[in-house]
Amino acid sequence: MNSQIRQTDSQGRLRHFLSIEGFRREQLEQILDTAESFAMLPGRQVKKVPLLRGKIITNLFFENSTRTRTTFELAAKLLSADVINFNVNVSATAKGETLLDTLRNIEAMHSDMFVVRHQASGAAHFIARHAAPGVSVINAGDGRHAHPTQAMLDMFTIRRHKGDFTPLRVAIVGDIQHSRVARSQIMALNTLGVSEVRVIAPRTLLPAEARTLGVHVYHNLEQGLEDVDVIIMLRLQKERMEHALLPSEHEYFQLYGLTTERLRRAGPDAIVMHPGPINRGVEIASEVADGPQSVILQQVSYGIAVRMAVMSMALGATAGEAPS
Amino acid sequence: MSKRIFMQQDAILNIIQGMARLTRRHLQERNIPDPAMIGIHTGGVWIAQRLHQLLDIEPPLGQLDISFYRDDFTRIGMNPQVKPSQISFEVEDRHIILVDDVIQSGRTIRAAMNEIFDFGRPASITLVSLIERSGRELPIQPDIMGLEPPLGDKEHIRLLGPDPLVLEISGRRDEREAS
Repeated sequence: MNSQIRQTDSQGRLRHFLSIEGFRREQLEQILDTAESFAMLPGRQVKKVPLLRGKIITNLFFENSTRTRTTFELAAKLLSADVINFNVNVSATAKGETLLDTLRNIEAMHSDMFVVRHQASGAAHFIARHAAPGVSVINAGDGRHAHPTQAMLDMFTIRRHKGDFTPLRVAIVGDIQHSRVARSQIMALNTLGVSEVRVIAPRTLLPAEARTLGVHVYHNLEQGLEDVDVIIMLRLQKERMEHALLPSEHEYFQLYGLTTERLRRAGPDAIVMHPGPINRGVEIASEVADGPQSVILQQVSYGIAVRMAVMSMALGATAGEAPS
Repeated sequence: MSKRIFMQQDAILNIIQGMARLTRRHLQERNIPDPAMIGIHTGGVWIAQRLHQLLDIEPPLGQLDISFYRDDFTRIGMNPQVKPSQISFEVEDRHIILVDDVIQSGRTIRAAMNEIFDFGRPASITLVSLIERSGRELPIQPDIMGLEPPLGDKEHIRLLGPDPLVLEISGRRDEREAS
């Protein structure tokens, strides 16, 4: 996965955003700081800024995801960019066109940025390698590899509620094995210097290399939640059930579902997060999802500000003089 | 690049006192009893904080960061130190005093006015600037200015602060100016 694509230019400014890997703490913090400015926009009469006026951004979704696509689309529109949406799985590639041919055709429409979602790990890197010079690529989720903007919106949510990352204990619970979000989250949390990252999952949903990611592994939810400040629940992808990784949804909830009683194990001010969509009664109880410690809906609105930050930083110039 | 101190805190505060008097008179002449004030990051906010106090303006001081409105974004990219703009009062139909430290090309003020209009449609905008210098590229002039220092085309003036406030000139005087 470690391709030759550089995500930053020679001055360290963002060109592509394909993975959290390779970014320094201050670069991630700059994304969060910029997002902070965009988060103020909803309080205004006009909720748009003219920053990307005249730019064309193409959402290139080879895999369905209405929520992610909509937040990217809204972020681009709030930056005054023009947006084209391609659901490629129902159009060209379904007729036999290759990924590269699709890319070339869409490039002929003079896009300045591709936002790419693909079921294959590494697809966003592939597109970044073959895109024309000056075209930025944002990874909106590729296979099991990465989902960096989701991870950054989670970091934004944590910083908004907890301030400093340094003293925090963070637990990520659920299907780590298939989760591109979890991999990006772990990388971001470690880069931002949190005190401890725990992953809590059944053995069948934990990748073999989990311990090499710089995390503490728990198979018991109660023990893993002890005194944590942040709980990130992952969606249990029901489609995985076919592969007999779990006996049943009911049993999963019995062992790994976040209930009010289990939440008491965590710190009293712990926040509960979930990238959505949630499976109520499978990975999280309704009273927790809708409870006072849940910040799940705030994650969605913060996601727009974070995506605005990433898009505007990537479409800024690669060289130039200081502002006068 | 050469740098020299042009003016120290006490002298700058005296100028701000004078600007406050001129602004008060301007508001009386225009029959504006309840203005609101907005400073432009960062130097404009430092000046505005002092003017806001001297003029005893009631609505809290607004702060603008015009990074998202610059017309040179595609050339210089995103400002790494962008701060959120904060205007906690209603802009619609309000008389606004807009404060900056230096007016040169006029592009910052244009961007600031565009941003203010995205908060609402003000009744009027009065522009106050500590320094007015040559180099205007847009037809924008301050209503009240502190001073107009004699600067060469290659010289830049910058306000350092916030405490103490210092005006610094950098760059070299061109031959035409020096002779």
